[in-house]
Amino acid sequence: MSNITLADKPPGVEGAGFFATTLDKAIGLARANSLWPLPFATSCCGIEFMATMGSTYDLARFGAERPSFSPRQADMLLVMGTIAKKMAPVLKQVYTQMAEPRWVIAVGACASSGGIFDTYSVLQGIDEIIPVDVYVPGCPPRPEAILDGVLRLQDIVKNESLNRRNTPEYKALLEKYGIATENG
Amino acid sequence: MDKLTNQLVISKLQATFGDKVYNFSEPKGLLTLETDRETIIDLLMLIKEDEFMQFIYLTDITAVHYPELEKEYAVVYHVHSLIHNVRIRIKVFITASDPRIPTASFLWNGANWMERETYDFFGIQFEGHPDLRRILNMDDLGVFPMRKEYPLEDPNRVDKKDFYFGR
Amino acid sequence: MSKPITRISSNAPVFEDNDPQEDLITLNIGPTHPATHGVFQNVVQIDGERIVGGVSTIGYIHRAFEKIAEHRPYYQITPLTDRLNYCSSPINNMGWHMTVEKLLDIEIPKRVQYMRVIVMELARIADHIICNGILGVDTGAFSGFLYVMQEREFIYEIYEEICGARLTTNIGRIGGFERDFNDVAFEKIREFLVRFPPVLKEFQELFDRNRIFIERTSNVAAVTPEQALDYSWSGPILRATGVDYDVRAHSPYCSYEEFDFDIPVGTNGDVYDRFMVRNEEMWQSMRIIEQALEKIEKEPKGVFHADVPAFYLPPKEQVYTNMEALIYHFKIVMGEWDAPKEEVYQAVEGANGELGFYLISDGGRTPYRLHFRRPSFINYQMFAPMSSGMLISDAIINMSSLNVIAGELDA
Repeated sequence: MSNITLADKPPGVEGAGFFATTLDKAIGLARANSLWPLPFATSCCGIEFMATMGSTYDLARFGAERPSFSPRQADMLLVMGTIAKKMAPVLKQVYTQMAEPRWVIAVGACASSGGIFDTYSVLQGIDEIIPVDVYVPGCPPRPEAILDGVLRLQDIVKNESLNRRNTPEYKALLEKYGIATENG
Repeated sequence: MDKLTNQLVISKLQATFGDKVYNFSEPKGLLTLETDRETIIDLLMLIKEDEFMQFIYLTDITAVHYPELEKEYAVVYHVHSLIHNVRIRIKVFITASDPRIPTASFLWNGANWMERETYDFFGIQFEGHPDLRRILNMDDLGVFPMRKEYPLEDPNRVDKKDFYFGR
Repeated sequence: MSKPITRISSNAPVFEDNDPQEDLITLNIGPTHPATHGVFQNVVQIDGERIVGGVSTIGYIHRAFEKIAEHRPYYQITPLTDRLNYCSSPINNMGWHMTVEKLLDIEIPKRVQYMRVIVMELARIADHIICNGILGVDTGAFSGFLYVMQEREFIYEIYEEICGARLTTNIGRIGGFERDFNDVAFEKIREFLVRFPPVLKEFQELFDRNRIFIERTSNVAAVTPEQALDYSWSGPILRATGVDYDVRAHSPYCSYEEFDFDIPVGTNGDVYDRFMVRNEEMWQSMRIIEQALEKIEKEPKGVFHADVPAFYLPPKEQVYTNMEALIYHFKIVMGEWDAPKEEVYQAVEGANGELGFYLISDGGRTPYRLHFRRPSFINYQMFAPMSSGMLISDAIINMSSLNVIAGELDA
């Protein structure tokens, strides 16, 4: 038997031969531990992400075994590096191509706020064009910090209500960014 | 083979171009000279094809903006003679009202992007360039951002307004 | 109700609708394509799998380095240089320090120069590891990449010991280093010299006689020396064509003239040669580090910066207690020093080629103009023209072997 740590089961009622919990808890557990990352790496932070995926730090331990380079099959968009204004429409297009539910981590100072590049050509934070769930500070963040960001996102995913993506608040959020929601 | 010295380069250039090349100086040992835009291509061609000098390696092309000068823009060429290991720097000053200079891209293919970059940042028109488009900035930027009159930060930003800081 | 998605603006030309009889297809590769390892866009026209013509679009992470540099004191430009070629930041840092030292005529003690050599050669190894590892991945061999990445992590550990950071190191100050290498750092460098050669040897053996690798790389994207010089190539890819131009040997800086090392050159200028040149350069870097460690032993201990109080930040404990140190501290931090009105061009051999700094000072606290001669930018220029006639798969590994770093490409 290898020393694999299993995820804790969600709170529920247990008895002989059955275990009852709510559906959104069970789905949240499954989603949180199988996040498929889409690395959107543009610069320095991308190199640290390589280290995070590499043998020493190994993001795969947390269920993100398969980096998906197609936005259609990814849940977690990791934006790593400076997003120039020229790149902004591309990033937005990638985000809209992702299927719901989708989450975004802004890795590093540039993606979070523009970082040291307060210039005419750099977007001052990706939250100007797409909604962001987790911000990871650092220029670039250490691999541990990126891992921590992913763990924080797992907490969000675990506790997200199944209905959230259908609420008017969520639709209003996307409308604010000018992103079309599924039913118009 | 004789060694190529800065003095030798100067005398060779003066023999061909006379007073069209001027303002020789040697900051940190690197021969710097000025010429005008009518002469620059002939000069580059001469130093590249001269059998002795062989300045065959174009290191860089860039520009500098001096708003207080009469001729505002300096286009700067760094050329390297690999065989003698001598670098020279050639400057051409041009006016802001008429920022034109002939292209060097038919001498070196590598000059193509260097000139596009210079155009992108300073708006210097390289005449005869095969493909003079913006290269790094967005097409619809509208200005040439490295000119001194343009600010570093995006003037359209709203999140730095005093209002947000209670000022 | 919602707004439509903004069309991707690009200055790549839009090819007219294809005439079906011509059988050419327009294919857009990038700017977010997993095979390009960075944000490069290439719009290519293909006939089957063969590329007929293409146009490169760059600038997707243009960050206006040169404009920022005109607004920052000399000290604050070092972090910018980190982010040029982030795979080998220390070389950029050292190149910038040397540029300013050349401007200010600062004489650097020998021991500091050797320390710089060590850091720069470690950075060169780290950079070449990534490039060659990625080239392996692109030809279908993932194991080499996984294996050598551990050694890169070890180099990062050495950086951490020296300066505290892993990737964007900001190592050193104008005039030397901010602190001496500690004993652990020296120990780790020695350990690296012992543990890296077997790994590199095994990595090399995975590839250099591997039939698949040779078939994929040899005679792919072969470049003649004339073409390479015409396009102002520099660095390993120029040397792979057979031109022995290396700034370290050509115009030595940091006492490189005292070191005994070879400049590997290729014969064919193809992807295989570039791989082999980079590999051999790693061996040569190891030799240089060994010699530098020996030379450091002979120098007086504890010297880690030049004695230039007007330009080098005083130690913190003196700043709190000593009036003069406090004044110098403020003057240096605010950039109020006497820079001569002069122009400097300093080139260093970056991991990708000749990294040049063209600095014009007008005596003010910021550079009047700072231009980076970025090897990636100049090397990448030939990619589109040389791709014509190539298969798409060959073009992809050609791009990997050029080792274009997006941060350096777009500045």
